[in-house]
Amino acid sequence: MSIDVETARRVAKLARIQVDQGDLPALAVELSNILGFMEQLNEVNVDGVEPMTSVTPMRLKRRKDEVTDGNIQDLVLKNAPDAREGFFAVPKVVE
Amino acid sequence: MTNANELTIAAARDALRKGELSAVDLTMSCLTAMDAGDALTAYVHKTPEMALEQARAADARLKAGDAPDMCGIPLGIKDLFCTKGVESQAASNILRGFKPEYESTVTSKLFGDGAVMLGKLNMDEFAMGSSNESSCYGPAVNPWRVDDRELTPGGSSGGSAAAVAGDLCIAATGTDTGGSIRQPAAFCGIVGIKPTYGRVSRWGIIAYASSLDQAGPMTKSVRDAAIMLRSMAGHDPKDSTSADLPVPDFEAALTGDIRGKKIGIPREYRVPGLRPEIDRIWTRGAEMLRDAGAEIIDVSLPHTKYALPAYYVIAPAEASSNLARYDGVRYGHRAKLGAGDGITEMYEKTRAEGFGAEVQRRIMIGTYVLSAGFYDAYYNRARKVRALIKRDFEQAFAAGVDAILTPATPTPAFGLGEMQSADPVEMYLNDVFTVTLNLAGLPGVAVPVGLDADGLPLGLQLIGRPWEEGDLLNHAYVLERAAGFVAKPQKWW
Repeated sequence: MSIDVETARRVAKLARIQVDQGDLPALAVELSNILGFMEQLNEVNVDGVEPMTSVTPMRLKRRKDEVTDGNIQDLVLKNAPDAREGFFAVPKVVE
Repeated sequence: MTNANELTIAAARDALRKGELSAVDLTMSCLTAMDAGDALTAYVHKTPEMALEQARAADARLKAGDAPDMCGIPLGIKDLFCTKGVESQAASNILRGFKPEYESTVTSKLFGDGAVMLGKLNMDEFAMGSSNESSCYGPAVNPWRVDDRELTPGGSSGGSAAAVAGDLCIAATGTDTGGSIRQPAAFCGIVGIKPTYGRVSRWGIIAYASSLDQAGPMTKSVRDAAIMLRSMAGHDPKDSTSADLPVPDFEAALTGDIRGKKIGIPREYRVPGLRPEIDRIWTRGAEMLRDAGAEIIDVSLPHTKYALPAYYVIAPAEASSNLARYDGVRYGHRAKLGAGDGITEMYEKTRAEGFGAEVQRRIMIGTYVLSAGFYDAYYNRARKVRALIKRDFEQAFAAGVDAILTPATPTPAFGLGEMQSADPVEMYLNDVFTVTLNLAGLPGVAVPVGLDADGLPLGLQLIGRPWEEGDLLNHAYVLERAAGFVAKPQKWW
């Protein structure tokens, strides 16, 4: 499967990474090469094989559904590029 | 006596307990070596004040007779670990200035045992790379050299390997998603173990591919790896994949006796183009284990060839999800916005500016293989192949194999910049012998075994049964003793 410029643009958009128009052809070639490498997987007979979902067969532990921490608003906001009045600030989302 | 910074954990521990050395003096010796080693670009954030404070506390504990093995041992910590109040940026510009308000479980455990942090260590950005060249700080440099070229220490834990090999610390933490502990350990002539998936908590370690990531020690000897792993390991309620199993005394497992053990040599690892010197050292390693009384048998791991392509579907898929959190809202970099830019432009510009080329590439590959229409063809197929790779190992172990011996890397350390023009896929081949274990969740250790014709270190990898790191390290210990690898890089920095 090879990736064309339009697909490269769509992937970059989905990934929320700005790619300049001029860089899209090179990106498409690069992604195509990597996907070409993955094509080898089509040689494997995977009939009846379940996709691996957990690395070690282990039941997830359960715990009581209760609050175990909190009241650390200042710490949560401390690394924010823009925080105001106890909130993360972002450009206007709703017109 | 050798300089204190050149000591192993075991030797330093014994000297500290006997009172022959203080933790403060040991730490000073490492801090001096660290500052003299800037040419290696191993340390990217230094924490001398914190180190001395921890060393003084360690001396008090040593005096009181309450000193765990790691008490007073100066360590370098990979930049991927969140350390409270200290820059933790995964070698990425997108986390520039990020100082976590919490401590990773691994570093809390090490500090709880009295270990000392000298600083944060260089790595490939978000642990994506095999040469340290994708770091936002510039690459770490291998202390080993054979001519005027600077060589890569490997990656992603390249700063850790360079710092340990150059005696800029006593030991270091690393993490391994596809070989990021074992490959740099082999390139720098040190020991590195990736434990069984779930042995060490991932909490507070900046995530790359969560079903593959595992932290481990990078050390000057197998004994040191056993000592440090015990301190790092154990169940953590904050990581739901960490195993609730007792942590054995790995050091006590180092009996040096492997008589009657079966060592598998997987024929599929004799890949086309394997360097003759690597092949030779592999054969020699098998002979050493045979001479120690083990039985060497051929094994087959038929799906080995598909491990790399499966990995390069699964790891980027997980990365594209994990790295979605870097959006310029909660921490790290946010791009300067133009007039009229909305939140989508903020995300797109921030991520384009903050992530390096390799990270962007892997996020986009991951996005593609998870997108509607391709999920089954790529991601699900890769997960099925992963199940088959795991089954290969299970069958070998079920047939009575105790450990598997393979090369650690297809080549010795190469020159920085030499792979710049290469296709990304060529760089991925560095992980060909190591990546299978991450897919299968198995423990593996790289042990330095000899030097190539130019004088660069070569390592072998031993693969163990799940949760049997003690037995695995015992095999590594036998190999280490038989190989008698004592070479050190000549100090040029």
